[in-house]
Amino acid sequence: MKKNFIYVLSCFLLIVVACGEDDSSEQAPSDNFDRGALLVNWADNIIMPGYDNLAITLTTLEVATQGFIDAPTSVSLEEVRSSWLASYLAFQRVSMFELGRAETLNYRNRLNVYPTNTSEIEGYISSNSWNLELPSTIDSQGFPAIDYLLYGLGTDQELLDKYTIGANASSYKMYLLDLVTTMQTLTNEVSSDWANGFRQTYVANTSSSASGAVDQTVNVFLYYYEKALRAGKVGIPAGVFSGTPLPQNVESLHNEFVSKQLLLEALSATVSFFNGEGFSSDFPGNGFGLNTYLDTLNSVKDGSDLSVLINNQFVVAFDKIDLLDDSFVSQISNDNLKMLGAYDELQRNVILMKVDMLQALSIDVDYIDADGD
Amino acid sequence: MKVTYNTYTTKQTKAAPLAVFRVLFGFMMLASIIRFWANGWIQTLYIEPTFAFSYYGFDWLPLLGNYTYLLFFICGLAAFSIAIGYQYRIAIIVFFLSFTYIELLDKTTYLNHYYFISCLSFLLIFLPANCYYSIDALRLKKIRAKNVSAWTINSIKALLCIVYLYAGLAKLNSDWLLEAMPLQIWLPSKYDVPLLGNMLQKQWVHYAFSWGGAFYDLFIPFLLLYKPTRSIAFVLVVIFHLLTRVLFPIGMFPYIMIISTLIFFNAHFHERILLFFSAILKRLSIFNRVSFLEVNRATNYKIAPYVVGLFITVQLLLPFRYLMYPGELFWTEEGYRFSWRVMLMEKAGYAQFIVKNTKTGTQFAVNNSDFLTSFQEKQMSTQPDFILEYAHYLGTHFKSQGHKNIAVHVESYVALNGRLSQPFINPEVNLLDIEDTFKHKDWILEFNDTIQGI
Repeated sequence: MKKNFIYVLSCFLLIVVACGEDDSSEQAPSDNFDRGALLVNWADNIIMPGYDNLAITLTTLEVATQGFIDAPTSVSLEEVRSSWLASYLAFQRVSMFELGRAETLNYRNRLNVYPTNTSEIEGYISSNSWNLELPSTIDSQGFPAIDYLLYGLGTDQELLDKYTIGANASSYKMYLLDLVTTMQTLTNEVSSDWANGFRQTYVANTSSSASGAVDQTVNVFLYYYEKALRAGKVGIPAGVFSGTPLPQNVESLHNEFVSKQLLLEALSATVSFFNGEGFSSDFPGNGFGLNTYLDTLNSVKDGSDLSVLINNQFVVAFDKIDLLDDSFVSQISNDNLKMLGAYDELQRNVILMKVDMLQALSIDVDYIDADGD
Repeated sequence: MKVTYNTYTTKQTKAAPLAVFRVLFGFMMLASIIRFWANGWIQTLYIEPTFAFSYYGFDWLPLLGNYTYLLFFICGLAAFSIAIGYQYRIAIIVFFLSFTYIELLDKTTYLNHYYFISCLSFLLIFLPANCYYSIDALRLKKIRAKNVSAWTINSIKALLCIVYLYAGLAKLNSDWLLEAMPLQIWLPSKYDVPLLGNMLQKQWVHYAFSWGGAFYDLFIPFLLLYKPTRSIAFVLVVIFHLLTRVLFPIGMFPYIMIISTLIFFNAHFHERILLFFSAILKRLSIFNRVSFLEVNRATNYKIAPYVVGLFITVQLLLPFRYLMYPGELFWTEEGYRFSWRVMLMEKAGYAQFIVKNTKTGTQFAVNNSDFLTSFQEKQMSTQPDFILEYAHYLGTHFKSQGHKNIAVHVESYVALNGRLSQPFINPEVNLLDIEDTFKHKDWILEFNDTIQGI
């Protein structure tokens, strides 16, 4: 009996020891899918080059804005406009990565809440006082606010007048410049955080828990695809969530003829990320992506690979979007059914990725006791 | 028959196992409450959500807001009181009620092991667990006893056997045995478990774990009951539950099961544990000196064997209620809960609710995150009763917003155990026309595959 007792006691000790151990650093690769390599690919070949590229385009925008402020002419106006579009497109390639500093800064919303609040902007300008750090100003800044200031003030001549002979001309200039430099500051903050330490933490965080970098990245990616891309760029303006179409909610309302271009760029960034494709020929990528992860797990569905199903669905979505007008405002006003058709095809991939892919990858939503029943 | 019943209910055995069980159960529950609190889950699971999914027939239970903390405090205090055996009867009733109340608040958090705790604490109400090594027994001479009726300890063993046996029977299906599902999905994702991480990628390991788990659940009750195999069975219990602790997020459950199975050991073993307690707390050694009645004479237990007998019978029958429903159990989940079906399914879903105006034909889609937490949304999207309750909630909400003539439909997809996702709920059905009942839910679409087995 005594022996029995000692041995039960030692079992308890075993429990205590087992409780104490947590993530030990022992990691051997072999036939395990290499999540470290996946994270390295995301960080080094997709995310960081994306921010660097955005920072470059924002510098160009800042220079152009400075030039415009110094001498507001139709020539300098065109320069700001084109550099605004270039950086708006560059932004589409990093918008999904709300991780680390970007998450704490609320980066995506600081740069791209639309529709922008034009009356609030006019209020700030006429009172010549604003603070873009305040959460309440989130809908008066970023690319949509610049869109308004570069395209939404009437004809080109009327617009130039506001910056030259208008009563609040200097205030308009300062506000425009402040918008641009704020985006620059935020982007540099995120970018330098990645460069100074966060990248190391990120690629080393191969844990399988909900706080692991793979889980977190996939979760923010899917959140972006569902809420920002599918709903924000297409669903909400098409009236999917309101019953009546809301063309005033398209991305880039005042320069409405680029709304399709922005969506296409965002979707191609999404596809590239899914397939682990590097940012450019300078960053070719190491071949690790969600597609190869799924292939490794051998998630064969309906006789074909899940990664193939998802990529095929992206192609279908592209085809539907190609049918749309360059301006989503006119597309929604003239033939909203086509807009809804594009939405439906984007939606199908929400299901394939959020249901089938998350199941195959066994990614948790939260840290909560749950035993799968 | 009357004679056998009397013999059985009056047969006496040592009280030590029951006393040890009470002490360990109380402290485990206290630890569980503290852990839950420390993880911030009271806030995130019971206070932050604007909406809670109620169990059938319990939608009248009020949500407590910040007073939920008080409920947990009361529950923890009762657990402590159980452990030290102070005012045991009141403590166990308060514990049962407060713990069950917590579970009834929101079925999103349903776990078999929470249900197990509710069952066990209900059972303990009827057992004289405070007659030995308790403050009550120190204070009140009349409840002191060295012996208790054998059925009291046996009823705990019976409940444990049911849990294991039914969990084992539920594993006898083609997904579990032939496809190694869902372990084939879950195990590879535990790649960072020390030592095991790489092994968990191999398919034969998934099969080994599936079959091993089924055999374990089916045979462990007998190995624990049979004296010659009891020790080896306990080793298996420890290994099995520690493995589940390492691999799955199931909190305190492994420890609770390990502790509970100690009840199978004989009285000598438990007396040694009690001596061990006495060695730590000198005051307890009084139990070795004060006079104890040989027989527990507490009179108020006459009805207890009947209640416990009925309770065990219900436990035996309840898991089979699924047989009364057509369709695939895993798909419809009609009769799935409260049946010890543990870790059998990996289900993921997506539910897009559409609110339609039946007069004008206009419609809009609902953003679930406006109403539900991500955890609630995940649970809701795969379970029909959740979907229905949520649809009614949406109906009430949008009516109160001034929308008229509304119908609520859902476009939903569910993937079960690695199959490709398929439509789940009939999107043509206006869910507001349907009331939740125990009848078959014919608005769930057919499952396009077959799962063989129990």
